[in-house]
Amino acid sequence: MAVVTTRQKASWSVANTIVALYALIPVLWILSLSLKDKSTFTDGHFIPRGWTFQNFIDIFQVGGFTRPLLNSIGIAVIATFIAIVIGTFAAYAIARLEFPGKRLMLGASLLIAMFPQVSLVTPMFQVERSIGLFNTWPGLILPYITFTLPLTIYTLSSFLREIPWELEKAAKMDGATPFQAFRQVIVPLAMPGVVTTAILAFIQCWNDFVFAISLTSTTSARTAPAAIAFFTGASQFEDPTGSIAAAAIVITIPIIIFVLIFQRRIVSGLTSGAVKG
Amino acid sequence: MTQATVQSKARLSSGSVAGKAKKPLSDGKRSERKLGWLLCLPAAVVMVVVTIYPIVYSVMLSLQRYDLRFPDKKGFVGFANYATVLTNSFWWRAFAVTMVITVVSVVFELVLGMTLAMVMHRTVIGKGFVRTLALIPYGIVTVAAAYGWQYAWTPNTGYLAQLPLWSGSAPLTHQASSLAIIILAEIWKTTPFMALLLMAGLAIVPEELQKAAAMDGASPWQRFTKVTLPLMKPAILVALLFRVLDAVRVYDNIYVLTNGANGTSSLSITTYHNLISGLNLGIGSTMSVLMFITVALIAFIFIKVFGTAAPGSENTGRR
Repeated sequence: MAVVTTRQKASWSVANTIVALYALIPVLWILSLSLKDKSTFTDGHFIPRGWTFQNFIDIFQVGGFTRPLLNSIGIAVIATFIAIVIGTFAAYAIARLEFPGKRLMLGASLLIAMFPQVSLVTPMFQVERSIGLFNTWPGLILPYITFTLPLTIYTLSSFLREIPWELEKAAKMDGATPFQAFRQVIVPLAMPGVVTTAILAFIQCWNDFVFAISLTSTTSARTAPAAIAFFTGASQFEDPTGSIAAAAIVITIPIIIFVLIFQRRIVSGLTSGAVKG
Repeated sequence: MTQATVQSKARLSSGSVAGKAKKPLSDGKRSERKLGWLLCLPAAVVMVVVTIYPIVYSVMLSLQRYDLRFPDKKGFVGFANYATVLTNSFWWRAFAVTMVITVVSVVFELVLGMTLAMVMHRTVIGKGFVRTLALIPYGIVTVAAAYGWQYAWTPNTGYLAQLPLWSGSAPLTHQASSLAIIILAEIWKTTPFMALLLMAGLAIVPEELQKAAAMDGASPWQRFTKVTLPLMKPAILVALLFRVLDAVRVYDNIYVLTNGANGTSSLSITTYHNLISGLNLGIGSTMSVLMFITVALIAFIFIKVFGTAAPGSENTGRR
């Protein structure tokens, strides 16, 4: 593998280009729709003929997209934060301690990871309505924490297993207090894993649609993906195409930013979680 | 190098600790247990409250007649709801649709995912670039992508609907073409995830084995089928298990693309419609329970029949 020939380079460039087209064409199409002038939606061209930012202005000024977007950000951030905190506790215990019930814990989280979310919709709809959580932030945060916990526990515990914990002892030998040893040796080593897991958990919450559409009824808690689905018909626009496309692009932006900055971490997080389980 | 030795020492010491498990518990052991339970407690409580309790509640609801439109007629009916659902042709059609979507999309995803994994793993130029690109479909909100597909296939609006292949008809109004588009949307979105899982499997195939096989005169294809694939079997099975269980839940794409019209309703969509439009908690819960059983059966078959190592058993995977 040492010498890369020109021919190899050429054939891999072709392969890379195919991947690029595969990944980008559907996204560029939504971008194109979102930038199209209202009169040109039905021309079917991939590249807009009349360019405009009006669709983006409209969804915030008339379409009321600000509130769902804030809901989405708030709910996903809070759920991710809580899941990371309690997930880290559990992952630390699983990675470092010996205790009965460890396998049960892993088994239960695996069960939840595979659970059909829609099976929870009916009972949660009923329970949340009776205790007043329906259509509130906590009403969505709770299921989101639950469904990100398995991922959090698996990914984090596989990261934590890789940490050379002896360094903590070494630091103590060198005169560090237990807190210093934890703060200055272990935390920096564990941080990349925590950040990676947080990104994956955030993406999962950000993506949710089933709970968002079933457990909310107004924009007071409805998240962006669910709000987009309600642009159709109910809005004051004659044709929701532009609004839907613009809103779709807006909620895609954070994902693109994450992917651009944290590609390496996301890949390592997904692969480590998968192989080591 | 030093890190590796430190890690192997760590493993040795943890192994010796585990070996002493038979002896009466020392204070240290006991406090370790306590700490372990304590640290797992918050996660366990949340998982029990948000899933186990609703599952139990769901089972109870499924044994009752409970329609929110007729709250007075609430009452215990035994397995009558199950009989109603299981003799209903809509349920079985949704079941068939779900299975078709699952099988077809997962087969394509496996083949495409393997190809993509090879590209991501082996490409000699722009490795980071390819991986970044592949993460875009993985990360994008399913609903956002689904609207893109919907408009792409809408006559006049979409670039794909204009392909001569369709000769002017609206592909999203026929069952077969709608299903094909739903499957396409699923494949596009989840192939990269499959590819990443498979790439993790590729990474554990030792380079030396490939070289040795090449020396013995194996063609690239033979090396792939005789060396790489057998070694990757555990990774492939885990990836398949994850994806099959995920595909069975298919909801977002169908909701946006057809909302279950033209005979494209999946189990999730049918269950959801029963709750939100039908407000029938008894039947809805019955469907929830049946879906749960379906998923559990699939997982069971994978683990028992194919011998998929259940993720989480400590001795699986790369160490």
